[in-house]
Amino acid sequence: MNNMKKTNIDEKAITIRFAGDSGDGIQLMGAQFAKSTALKGNDFATFSDFPAEIRAPAGSEFGVSSYQINLGSAKIMTSGDSPSVLVAFNPAALKVNLPLLNSGAIIIINTGAFTKRNLAKAKFDKDPRLTSALSSFQLVELDIDKLTSESVLRFGLSKSKASRCKNFLALGLILWVFGHDIEKTISWINKLFIDKDTIESNKTALKAGYFFGETNEVSTTLPKYFFPPSDFSSGEYRNVKGSDALAYGLAAAAELADLPMMFCSYPITPASSLLHKLSEMEELGIGVFQAEDEIASICAAIGASYGGAIGVTSSSGPGISLKTESINLAINTELPLVIINSQRGGPSTGLPTKTEQSDLLQAVYGRSADAPIPVLSVSTASDGFDIAIEAVRIAIHHMTPVILLTDGFINNSSHPWLLPDIKKYKKIAINQPKRDIKNIFLRDKSTLARPWIIPGTKGGIHRIGGIEKDFETGNISYDPDNHQKMTNLRINKIKNISNFIPNQEVSFGPARGKLAVVGWGSSFGAINQSLRSISNKNVSQIHINYISPFPKNLKKLLEGFEKVLVPEMNMGQLSALLKDKLNLNPISFCKVTGQPFLVSELIKEINYCLDE
Amino acid sequence: MKNKKNKLEHNFSSSQEVRWCPGCGDYAVLKTMTQTLSKINLSPENIVFVSGIGCASRMPYYIETYGFHTIHGRAPSIATGLKISQPDLDIWVITGDGDALSIGGNHLLHTLRRNLNLNIILFNNEVYGLTKGQFSPTSRIGTKSPSSPKGSIGSAVNAGLFALGAGGTFIARAIDTDKRGLGSVLESAHFHKGTSLVEVFQNCIVYNDKVFSNFTSKENAIDFQIHLENGKPLLFGKDNSKGLRIRNNLELEVVDSKNNKDDILIHDETNPVLSQLLLSMEPPEFPVALGVIRKVEKQIYENNFYESHSSKMKRKVSINSVIRNGDIWTIT
Repeated sequence: MNNMKKTNIDEKAITIRFAGDSGDGIQLMGAQFAKSTALKGNDFATFSDFPAEIRAPAGSEFGVSSYQINLGSAKIMTSGDSPSVLVAFNPAALKVNLPLLNSGAIIIINTGAFTKRNLAKAKFDKDPRLTSALSSFQLVELDIDKLTSESVLRFGLSKSKASRCKNFLALGLILWVFGHDIEKTISWINKLFIDKDTIESNKTALKAGYFFGETNEVSTTLPKYFFPPSDFSSGEYRNVKGSDALAYGLAAAAELADLPMMFCSYPITPASSLLHKLSEMEELGIGVFQAEDEIASICAAIGASYGGAIGVTSSSGPGISLKTESINLAINTELPLVIINSQRGGPSTGLPTKTEQSDLLQAVYGRSADAPIPVLSVSTASDGFDIAIEAVRIAIHHMTPVILLTDGFINNSSHPWLLPDIKKYKKIAINQPKRDIKNIFLRDKSTLARPWIIPGTKGGIHRIGGIEKDFETGNISYDPDNHQKMTNLRINKIKNISNFIPNQEVSFGPARGKLAVVGWGSSFGAINQSLRSISNKNVSQIHINYISPFPKNLKKLLEGFEKVLVPEMNMGQLSALLKDKLNLNPISFCKVTGQPFLVSELIKEINYCLDE
Repeated sequence: MKNKKNKLEHNFSSSQEVRWCPGCGDYAVLKTMTQTLSKINLSPENIVFVSGIGCASRMPYYIETYGFHTIHGRAPSIATGLKISQPDLDIWVITGDGDALSIGGNHLLHTLRRNLNLNIILFNNEVYGLTKGQFSPTSRIGTKSPSSPKGSIGSAVNAGLFALGAGGTFIARAIDTDKRGLGSVLESAHFHKGTSLVEVFQNCIVYNDKVFSNFTSKENAIDFQIHLENGKPLLFGKDNSKGLRIRNNLELEVVDSKNNKDDILIHDETNPVLSQLLLSMEPPEFPVALGVIRKVEKQIYENNFYESHSSKMKRKVSINSVIRNGDIWTIT
């Protein structure tokens, strides 16, 4: 602590973590700090870590809610490996987060909460301040509880109400540490609450925290961070959470196709955030149906698609397993449908709130019979917008169900998003003939898709079903040659999509070289950040969004590298796919701890591959 | 007039070859169904038949309307999604005892609970026909079948009571070959605003022949069938000589109708206690209740869906403005 000075830290980025009880308002505080960071012109990425239990007992380890933000003047690609600053509202928050911290990290602790009782709840035998547990960190002890209650004394609030202002006091202090203007946050508080006392007391607490930093001795123990603005391209921005971007993308697709959208789902972690977001988006022509189970939800979506709306269903791995038979019905009846999988740790209930990308092979192969389906994947929080549009486009254009993979980490992370202009996107053409229908099953020559004739259309009466249908008439057919023909058709129809998707691009580095780091999904940020850190001209990042079918140039592109390294949060599923589909032999780097890749572990692995 | 009707009926028969076993009760239901559709005179393109899996579920192929032969047990869910997206369609769900009450029991429960305006026709033959004769959830205890050679050991489910428990707003029954009774029930089901459940006692000539003969056979029909009419006394038997009255312990009993005229119950489609008593009746103690057993009005799901939907499923704003709403900043 004695080395700390009131100075700018000579770093381009820093990771901070706020942690406390679920009821401490950690997420609110974090989200506002992110907004304030954005207004300061700095890049950032965030991740919310919620407890799995809904109302965990206060002060317990499993009730800790955390918000992590990585910010700075550099390009920020991840929410940070390990925090350099932790704000711990209670002993449990300290205990849970201590293993994550950088050596030398600053820990601001709320001493008011370090009571005997809370220490016991956090299962500390002794107050950690009196042991060597914190010796490698810089401790800043502040009685946030007391500072808060004193600052709001004049409002005569109850003890519990006064205590609820403590996140704002801490936020004020953090805003001071980062040299932010508090006016923006004050006007936000004005809008956030309705009750006048709540507004005034929270504003008072915020200011108290800020001025406490400015005037008190804290300035000798806490460094001040100042980051020059990051290099953003010009345009309008907002902070966007992964599940929100996906919801916006689905709505955008409905707009581009000029069709209503029916989102049919059953609650499951971590997919429910999408269900909640879309439930607020009726003005965009979106309907939400919460079904009685996973199977009913996909079936209702299929029914809606049959009726001419865009049917979408969403779940996580276990729920997708239940939907499998219905996916095959959509394949066989050739109805457009989007199936979103917010992957989590598995198998079975597994780690519902933790992240993993282990449903790739389920998506590509996991159905009975020869049942090909396009599979797309989201790489970053804001990426969901474009990928959702692509998924709907392919579903409608090629008359097929499409699987869209995202994960719990993406759903709960956020970063600044350069707002797109929907007018610049290509419309999604629909083929719903309303008259002069000559041949109900007449296929489009370029896509092999059948027309989407919906009930109510005069002259379009026909029947569809799960039974094999005749290539020409669509009637039931048990003819052996016809089944071969239809199976070939289903395979070729999906293979053919590679003619309609963009070529695989190189995200970072040269198009040929020594090593290609190939990933998919939420590992994008960590891989990108590690390559930027290494800055070796022979290493490139190739991140795949179109997983089935692969982009046409992928094989050739990967063959331009001496080695291919595939880091995955599973036991080598993309590697297996690259072997199977492209006959490549990549090096697999696997991790299934329920935690995202750290930049540091990727750098180590990449360097190992380069040295070998 | 008669000619015109015949012409219309012809319109509802599709060109597909019917593939049920000769003598199957499904033929009779198909015929009555197409005749009913002709009678209610709807445009074929506004009718959709949605079915699950089983012998009965082949029916959509044989009717000249839109048709969706789906997967086992899930027809009500697909029909639900379709009804919400296109509430003006006339939707008929075709299902069987295994499809509706075994693998699809959950969906049937929730469809009845939500009360969408659609019709569910449940062909009950108390057996799995398409898979060659195993006992079904409606098979009576002790039913011998390839999978229960010593007789089935589980109690049967009563479709009507299940529907009543689920909050069903229209519960009716008919016999496959009873053209008049079935036709009238199908017609009432169509006009009912809400989910209509029609249980058809359907004879499987191959695997469960005559399973309903204790009330459907010529000799048993008169004594073991009671045809319900709302507001009319509950009478049956030769010359309506028998009637139903209620005992002090709230159980039904069959009495001589002439000597107990004042005690005979009057059918009330809206009385849930009576619905339960009628649905529970079984021979030989009681006749089987046929016709419309229950019919009540309740809120309709798709109506509530559109009434509560702020834009009635029409896009009112562009995504461009929605994403620009809130905390936005501009970099120049």
